[in-house]
Order: sequence, then C-alpha cells, then structure tokens
Amino acid sequence: MADEIKQSKLAIGADLSSGMHKISTPSKASGLRTGLITLASSLSAVVLALAICAVLLAVTGKNPWQAYSTILQTGTEGDKLLEMMKRATPLIFSATAVAVGFKMNLFNIGVEGQYLFAALIAAVVGSRINLPAPLHVTVILLVAMVAGAAWASIAAVLKVTRGVHEVISTIMLNYVALSVIQWLFENFFRDSGESGLNVKSDLIPPSGRMPDIVDDRLGGMFLVALLVVFLYWVLVFKSRFGFRLRSSGLNPGAARTSGIDANKMIVMSLLISGGIAGLVAMQSVVGEIYAYGPTATPTQLGFLGIAVALLGRHHPIGIVSAALLFGFLDSTSAQLQLAEIPSSIVKLIQAITVLTVVIINEATIRWLNKRTAEQTAATLIHNIEAEATAA
Amino acid sequence: MSTIEILPDAPAPPSKRAALLGSRSNTMIAAAFLGLALMSITRLITDEDALTSSQTIGTSLRVMVPILMAGIAALWAERCGVLNIGIEGMMILGTWFGGYFAWQYGAWAGLAMGIVGGMIGGLIHALATVRFGVNQTISGVVMNIFAFYGARYLSDLLFVGEQGGGVSQSPPQKSAIPKFDVPFLAGGDLFGWTTPDIFGWFEKKHWFLLGDIGGIGRGLTFNISWATAIALMTVPISFWLMWRTRFGLRLRSSGEAPSAAESLGVRVVPLRYAGLIISGGCAGFGGATMAVVASSYYRQGQTQGNGFIGMATLIFGNWRPTGVLAGASLFGYSLGIKLVANDSIPALFLFITFVAGALLIVSWYRKKVVGAITSLAAGALFFTAYLTVKDVPESLTQALPYVITLVVLATASQRLRPPAMAGVPYRPGETH
Repeated sequence: MADEIKQSKLAIGADLSSGMHKISTPSKASGLRTGLITLASSLSAVVLALAICAVLLAVTGKNPWQAYSTILQTGTEGDKLLEMMKRATPLIFSATAVAVGFKMNLFNIGVEGQYLFAALIAAVVGSRINLPAPLHVTVILLVAMVAGAAWASIAAVLKVTRGVHEVISTIMLNYVALSVIQWLFENFFRDSGESGLNVKSDLIPPSGRMPDIVDDRLGGMFLVALLVVFLYWVLVFKSRFGFRLRSSGLNPGAARTSGIDANKMIVMSLLISGGIAGLVAMQSVVGEIYAYGPTATPTQLGFLGIAVALLGRHHPIGIVSAALLFGFLDSTSAQLQLAEIPSSIVKLIQAITVLTVVIINEATIRWLNKRTAEQTAATLIHNIEAEATAA
Repeated sequence: MSTIEILPDAPAPPSKRAALLGSRSNTMIAAAFLGLALMSITRLITDEDALTSSQTIGTSLRVMVPILMAGIAALWAERCGVLNIGIEGMMILGTWFGGYFAWQYGAWAGLAMGIVGGMIGGLIHALATVRFGVNQTISGVVMNIFAFYGARYLSDLLFVGEQGGGVSQSPPQKSAIPKFDVPFLAGGDLFGWTTPDIFGWFEKKHWFLLGDIGGIGRGLTFNISWATAIALMTVPISFWLMWRTRFGLRLRSSGEAPSAAESLGVRVVPLRYAGLIISGGCAGFGGATMAVVASSYYRQGQTQGNGFIGMATLIFGNWRPTGVLAGASLFGYSLGIKLVANDSIPALFLFITFVAGALLIVSWYRKKVVGAITSLAAGALFFTAYLTVKDVPESLTQALPYVITLVVLATASQRLRPPAMAGVPYRPGETH
C-alpha cells in the first residue's frame, strides 16, 4: 500500500480525471442533450473571452467594435478563408496528437519537441532520397511520423519502466529536443549555400513536394489533416483499440481488471500521439519551404495545439472547428495592424478563450453532475412516495 | 498504511543544522569537502584555473538566480498541494512588468512590480485550480500560453514606437540595481576605506584547496547585485516559514493531507491561495531579475525555459529549499562554466571520474554491488570522455539540466518524496 502511494506520488499525480470525462451517455437522446450543452458551454466561453478582450481593448484606448468588425470583415473574404484553412492545418495535427494522449489520461506536452525533431529528420531524409512523386511525399510523411513517435517513445519508456510522469518527462524532452536538433543541424545537416537568418537544410527535390489544392493559397496537407482527424475518430471512438484506450483513461482500475494491459495502452497512445505530432510542421516542410530551418520552421504550434484540443474538447469535430477558429483569427492579423489595432490581440483572444473554456467546462460538468444527482434524488423520493401511497 | 508516509519529516529534527540539511548533515558536509578537494586536484592536474575561478562562480551565481527563484516558486506551489506548470508564464509576466516599470520608474520599481506581475499570474492559477477545480496541469499550460501572448499584446501597446522599444522588447531601463563587494572578504569599501581582498589574495596563489576556496568565496562575495542577495535570502526564509511557523505547517499539511487538515480546522482553500500567490511572486521576482539585473530591458523569450529548469531543481532537490538551492547551483554552474570557459568542460569529465572513484570506494566498503558496478562503469565512461573529447558542443551542454532531471527521476525516484497530494484537486467538504 505504501509503495503504491509512493508510486502515485512520484507520478506527481496530476489527476487528469478531474471530471473531464464524468459525463456518461446512457442513451442517444441524453447524449444529444449533453452534446448541445457541451457546444453551448464552448460557445459561451468564446463569447466570454471576446467580452473580456473587448474590455481590455477599451481600457487600453482602442475601439473594440472597430477591432471585431475588422476581424469579421477581413476574415470572411474568400482569400482569407483559404488562409484560415491553411493556418488551421498544423493546429489540427497538434491538437489531434494531444487529444490521443488525453483519451488515455496522458498529457503529452511534448508535441513541440516531437514535431520539431520530426521536421528536421523528415526534411533531411526527403532531400537525400529520390523516388517517383507520390511515393516520395508519402515516404517523407511516414519518416516524420516515425521520427515523432521515436521521440515520444522516450517518454513512453520512462513512464512504463521507471514510472516517470509524462508531464515532467515531456517538458524536459522538449528542451532536450531543441538542443539535439540544434546540434544535429549545425554539425551535419546545414546547407552551406545559405547564410544568416535564412539557413536551411538541403532542399527537397520537386518530386517530394506536396501539390497545392489552390495554388500558393492552400496546400494538400489540409486534406491530410482532415484524413488524420477522420482516422482519429475511427480509431479512438469506433474501434476495439479505442474502446480499450478510452476505458483505460476513464477508469484505469476497471480496465485493468477486465484484462486490458495498461502499459501497452500507454506506449501505444504515446506512440500514436508522437506519430501525429510528427506531421505538425509538414505543411512547411513539404508544402512551403521544402526544408528545415531554425527560423523558417514554425514554432509554438505544440502549445497552441493543446489550446485547440482543450477548446475542441478532444472531439474530432470540435478539434477541426477550434483549429479553424484559431486560423480565422490568425488570418486577420495583418489587416488589424493596418487599422492600428495591435495584431497580437488575436493571440490574446485565443489565450483567454482557452482560459475561459477550461473554467466554463469545469463549471458545466459540475452543474451537470449536480443536476443528475438531483434528478436521481427526485426520482427516488417520487418512488418512495408512490410506494407509501400504494401501501 | 504507514503514518510516516503521510506526515512529512515526522520525527523531530535533532538540531537546526540537521533540519536544514537533512538528517545526515555530517555526511553531507564531509561529502562537500571531499568534492571540493577532488575539484582542486582536477584543477591542478588539468591546469584549468577557470574551474573554480571567481569569474566562473560569479557568472554561475548570476545565471542561477532565476532558476533558484523558479525552484522556490515551484516549492511553494507544490508544498501547498497545487502543481505549477505555469511558472514559466509567471516569469514572463515578471520580465514584462520588470521591464516596463524599470523603464518608467527605475530598477527597484521594476523588481517590485515584477513580483506583483507574477502574483497576478499566481492568483489566476489559484482561481482556476482552487476555486473552479480546473485540472492543475491544464491551468498551468494555459497560463504559459496566456502570459506569452499577454506580454506580447502589452508590448505591442506600450513599447512600439518608443525609443529602443518594439513588439518584442522594451526600451532600456532608467537605472540599474546597485552591486556591492563584501568588506574584508572581497575587498569591499567600509566607510570609505577599501578593505583587503582576502579571497582574491588566496585565489591568485592557486594553492591546493585554499586557491579554490578563494575563487569560490570571491565569486560569491565580489560584485554581487542586491537582487541576488535578496534571491538567496528566499531559501532560508522559505525554510523558516514552511518548517518553523504555524502557517508553514498548515500550508504543508494542505499539500500532504488536505482532508485531514480540514478536519482539524485548517482552512485549506485560503492556504492554497496564499501558497500560489507566494509562488507567483517568487516566479515574478525571478523573471524581473532577468529583465532588470541580467539585462537592462524586457525581451520576448527572455525566460529561456528557466521556469521549467526551476521545476527540475525541485525534483532534483527532493521538494526541500536546500535541495532546490543545490539543484539551482548545479544547473547554474553548468551554465556559468559554459559562458565563461567552454574549453574547461572536458576537465569536468576528470572530476566526474574522481567522484565516481570515490563512490566506488564507498560502495565497496558498504558491500553494495550494484552501486560499485555503476560507479565503475560511469568512471570508465567519463575517463574515456576526458581522454578523447576535446570540444563539447555548446548546443548539447544546454540540455544538461533536463537530462540530469530525467536521469534523477528514472534512477533515484525511490528516494524522492514529493508532497502526497500535490496535483490532486481538493474541494472543501468533499472528503475522498
């Protein structure tokens, strides 16, 4: 017993089951109602965040009405809608990666390190092989997934064999990844042709480049992202593996009792999570700059992915909608700057949205649980009264 | 279920020194002296005076301060029962507030308002986790994102268009935090009289042991910023508050056994608010020193992951203030020597070889086979490294604190003792 307590403490027991999954769905009708309540709570979180930002804008001497109408006007133009989808693409990948872990109660904060590591490896491998067009891109994407999964596997092994909590290990591994990437890049993979801020690895030949859906506006990775979300839905919500994954996350004890190997589930979900994370920067690697570059490859997407996953509540449709919302906000920043409104307000809206989402989610779950308890109590009292009258 | 597991440090500590350093204080002091002697031998063999020079130690001390403050921040949060992944974010708030107020009103105002900025972060984290019961890891991660973009928005608003300012940095500060040399030890002034520089004199002699003590001592007493002195004071103050006052006992009890604490009349919720606000204040101070002392303006990304290294020191230091200080010193030294004398790092491999040799002898006498084999293997590995590696890539030494933390967690986790209920949400009246 003491050992068990110690183990759980060492895991720095981040109790991720704090009600995130407490809503049960006994029937279709109540499932629909819960879904509507979920949607309403997410929407109200967005509205609340917009209201808070409006106050912030007003306090700092900017006109919130002007800011929001600029966002709405520019964001809904045709070009900007394509940009929205483009900007949403990496977020969909990173949010899905986070969500896979979350379904098993694992918090993969290491998406950032995993995707940067994968971007370097995939770019280097892609530039050094020569294959026919469709195969070349596929191989690059597969290499990225393997590299991301490999980096995530360190956290998985530490967790399964040594009981190191994945929150701590992935945070540490993010920074280790940055160092390793820098070392590998500077010593082995740097293309000597470029200098200064533009340094990159060798360029991927044209056969390894992802074709655009709309030229220079939207890359093919958007479709890959939608495909990955669909596979995530099938795998996690519709397959036997997904059932085992989710039950291990919801109730580890019961899952273990029914014969599910918890360690195997941990390793699998972290590997899948890392694999999807490997695709985060691929839009840039096979779609835009065709190489890895310390400044050119986008950063911070892993952390924004956590935000998107939370806003989308780890549901496929939710993730895509949240990523599109973030992409929509990002696409308007240039226009905002022209209207003399600090463009960083869109990032602040995103950050505050996540803050309000987690708080409102928690309050909603508590309210739902309380209501269920009250309804059960009311039914019980009703039954007892009925029995009493009958007697 | 043993009581010892639940009550921290249940047996009354025999002496003050033992209480501060843990129960085996004599062993630890002896080990420290042995380590110093081995370091001195290494220095004499390799002729790398930079290993213990006052410049190396002084630089290490400067880069250690933010790490130490982040570690103390993590200590306060986890001891009261709440994980604080958001320390990095609170430090960002500290750097921004520090930069802004140092530019407007001078360095001291910057430091003070940096603390306030961090406290705001701590309060938000407390509201989310304690009041609303949001998952503590999630709230911390969101705090990091929020602080990063919040600081960017504020910079966009207040720094853009100013002389030397921009969206990612503040204009330079108005004044700097004064520095001092300790009289008699490092030649500081005393009422206008320049006292002798004792440590400096010993350092220049390069004698065995005395030269190293001189170098280390001078590094710790020469050209010290008052902010550094304040940061170092937080270690004994945190220790005293947490282990010697009623407030501290209650605070720790709300991290170890909140339900039991509540049943004894301790109000867990206000204590957790207090713990998190102190935590935020420490993190904010650490951030402010980066903007005000280590630099002269706020810059985006200035915190450089120090908040996370601080969490690492907490694990390394086994959730104790002196342990945090030891961890911060180790990580600070590894960063400091990289900055001052990157070429001397291979000499450290020889030092590690010696330490492994000492551990081998200890394990041999205690008949611990595994320990002896591990020490032998480590010694052989590092001796080979000393003979072959001539240049350690800077990019890899940066990863050292994180790798050490992972190794500590993977190997020594049986000896670690975090607060029992850190990370578990608690609602008053909902006894689990």
